[in-house]
Amino acid sequence: MTQDMPTPNGEAAVKVENLRKLFPVSKGMFRKATDFIHAIDDVSFEIKPGESLGLVGESGCGKTTTGRILVKLDEASEGSVGVRDQASGDLVDVTHIKSKSQRKEFRRNVQMIFQDPYESMNPRRTIFDTVAEPLMVQKIGSIPERERRVVELLNLVGLTPAESFLFRYPHELSGGQRQRVAIARALVMNPSFVVADEPTSMLDVSIRISIMRLMLELADDLGVTYLYITHDLAVARYMCNRIAVMYLGKIVEMAPTEELLQRPMHPYTRALLSAVPVPDPSYRRPEVQIKGGVTKAVNPPSECRFIERCPFVQDVCSSTDHPPLDDRGNDHQVACHLVADSGEWLGAPRAELDLRS
Amino acid sequence: MTDVRDTDMMGAEVLDESLWKIRMRLLWRSFKRNWALFSQSKMGVVGVVIVGFFGFLAILHPILMATAWKGQEAIYDPVIGADSVIVEKTVVTEVTDPSTEMSFTEAMITGEFFPEEGMIIEVPIAPAPPNAKHLLGTDPFGRDIFSQLMFGARAAFILGVIAATSAVVLATVVGSVAAYYGGWMDTWLMRQADLILLLPLLPLLIVIGSFWEIGLWQLGILIGILSGLGATAIILKSQALSVKVKPFNDAARVAGGGNRHIIVRHIIPNVLPLSFLFMMFEVTGAIFLEATLSFFGLLSIPMSWGIMINTSHTQGYTLFGLRAWWLLFPAGLAVTLFAAGFFLIGRAMDVVVNPRLRTR
Ligand SMILES: Nc1ncnc2c1ncn2[C@@H]1O[C@H](COP(=O)(O)OP(=O)(O)OP(=O)(O)O)[C@@H](O)[C@H]1O
Ligand SMILES: [Mg+2]
Repeated sequence: MTQDMPTPNGEAAVKVENLRKLFPVSKGMFRKATDFIHAIDDVSFEIKPGESLGLVGESGCGKTTTGRILVKLDEASEGSVGVRDQASGDLVDVTHIKSKSQRKEFRRNVQMIFQDPYESMNPRRTIFDTVAEPLMVQKIGSIPERERRVVELLNLVGLTPAESFLFRYPHELSGGQRQRVAIARALVMNPSFVVADEPTSMLDVSIRISIMRLMLELADDLGVTYLYITHDLAVARYMCNRIAVMYLGKIVEMAPTEELLQRPMHPYTRALLSAVPVPDPSYRRPEVQIKGGVTKAVNPPSECRFIERCPFVQDVCSSTDHPPLDDRGNDHQVACHLVADSGEWLGAPRAELDLRS
Repeated sequence: MTDVRDTDMMGAEVLDESLWKIRMRLLWRSFKRNWALFSQSKMGVVGVVIVGFFGFLAILHPILMATAWKGQEAIYDPVIGADSVIVEKTVVTEVTDPSTEMSFTEAMITGEFFPEEGMIIEVPIAPAPPNAKHLLGTDPFGRDIFSQLMFGARAAFILGVIAATSAVVLATVVGSVAAYYGGWMDTWLMRQADLILLLPLLPLLIVIGSFWEIGLWQLGILIGILSGLGATAIILKSQALSVKVKPFNDAARVAGGGNRHIIVRHIIPNVLPLSFLFMMFEVTGAIFLEATLSFFGLLSIPMSWGIMINTSHTQGYTLFGLRAWWLLFPAGLAVTLFAAGFFLIGRAMDVVVNPRLRTR
């Protein structure tokens, strides 16, 4: 799978450094907030041009927040987010976009596909209005030109005959058709970078695969770079060249897809993998299991974030800060005290697990 | 559904047609669909019939003045017209039926200085009961009630439209802006709304009315401002809040839309159905208020249903109840029916606007 994808090379298309996002808790009208949810805590990653990075993790770990900051729907609390500009080739810092022309250029370049195809379209606007909205607000092309462009894109995403869809309303379309419209809208400006936030999770299983295939084809044809957010490792495996596993606002493991799936190192990743159904009977399932759900990261202590649920905890885990995300060879980065620099597992043998919640 | 087939047929020629034509057709289509929903409600149809009837009356007045009553303005004008209906009365010592008999004293007052028992005297009466010349009789000044009623319908429409439109336009904008921006903007607009809600509307208008002349337009705009910045703004803001959190606003922002684009194209269109609904209720409120203020004689309006009731009252007829029923009944009934008509339309529109209320 990963093997026949073109190896992305060159400089990063997206470069996130030390990104942090704090949400104040119970913001009273006159009181300054003292408690913060650390939705994203010191996250860094790169995406190469044409590459697709999967952001995987349980609900509430900060995936959506990361995506929203990348498309400038939310402001970062700290850190920098660089997105390479298509025209000039420069890395533009999203957190420092000030001028109107910069913002306009950025909006052309970066798009987002939302999770819910039912709510991400204004029910009172036609499909044409929805898909042409970026062209309209950025005053690109005449009306006939916009019509032609929209028809072209609807054909591209498989809504044919496109003319028959132009002046329908969202409620006259099925969920899968709507998500195709959402993809058409995201691509109408020819963006170089698209954030897709669980675009198939609300869809029927039977149409999921066709939407994913469509997104892959379009990425290939148009050279789009994706940040693909999902909680499903199987989906990430199908869609992405590289996968970053997130836990409570931290990336705990990041590696090329097959590397990550074959040699998961972080206990959390191993737990996630043991939850994925595998059709291959000869495949040996990693046996780590964890219980409980993600707890909210309100003013988290400085030690390892996973400590509460980790079955392998040792003294080092509670006496030192959260481990840094370090390379263990083969472009495989892990943030765990119990993984040696060589990638070797230093913790208790997996067979003698003490399962804790 | 037939709708889908409609669009399919339309699709074939979409690109040869100008955009606004297609939009007009879409508008017409959604109007037809909404009407189909609306007309399922008996209340709504009754409301439309009532309002239609008053609309007919309002239009009928200028037509009658220009045709049947042409040259008879001195008689039929709702404000300055006057007609004395002549009735023959018999002079008796003991009056049992005041409409056909009169006492000696009364006869002397009319100018007959030497009345005799059984004498028949012609006297002009006002208010006159309904007769062929005046279908609903005349008021204490001899003015035609039917003419006043029709003229009053026009006044009611003018007032209702001005008050409702200005209130709802203001409230939609204020509500959407407060909901969208939040923060100090929201605080400012909502505290202002609270303040207006705290002001007792009627005494306030009475005070204003004693300082300035309030005509129909002024009253309409005054009601519009007070309601549009007050109660209606709060209601529409809560609707705007529920629209604001929808992801399509984020999608619009990612598309490059600014605040104004999102408010105008995404928030307001989704608040508008509720705004239309409140326009109907606004008319009801405005009509009642006008009647009340006119009853106190605080408005400088030539003629309205409220003034008709006021006239009946100030001339001392209200206490006699049914004896001069044509003074009170037509105007009172008109106010009630007119307001009820719009209220019923509003209730039926609720079903169109709130899909949750639909029975099927
Ligand atoms: N606007 C906000 N205000 C306060 N807290 C927020 C806000 N948005 C997100 N959060 C918090 O930040 C954390 C991360 O949320 P986020 O939506 O990014 O999770 P997610 O990984 O996308 O989860 P899911 O898979 O359920 O979509 C959560 O604890 C959430 O409660
Ligand atoms: Mg999410």
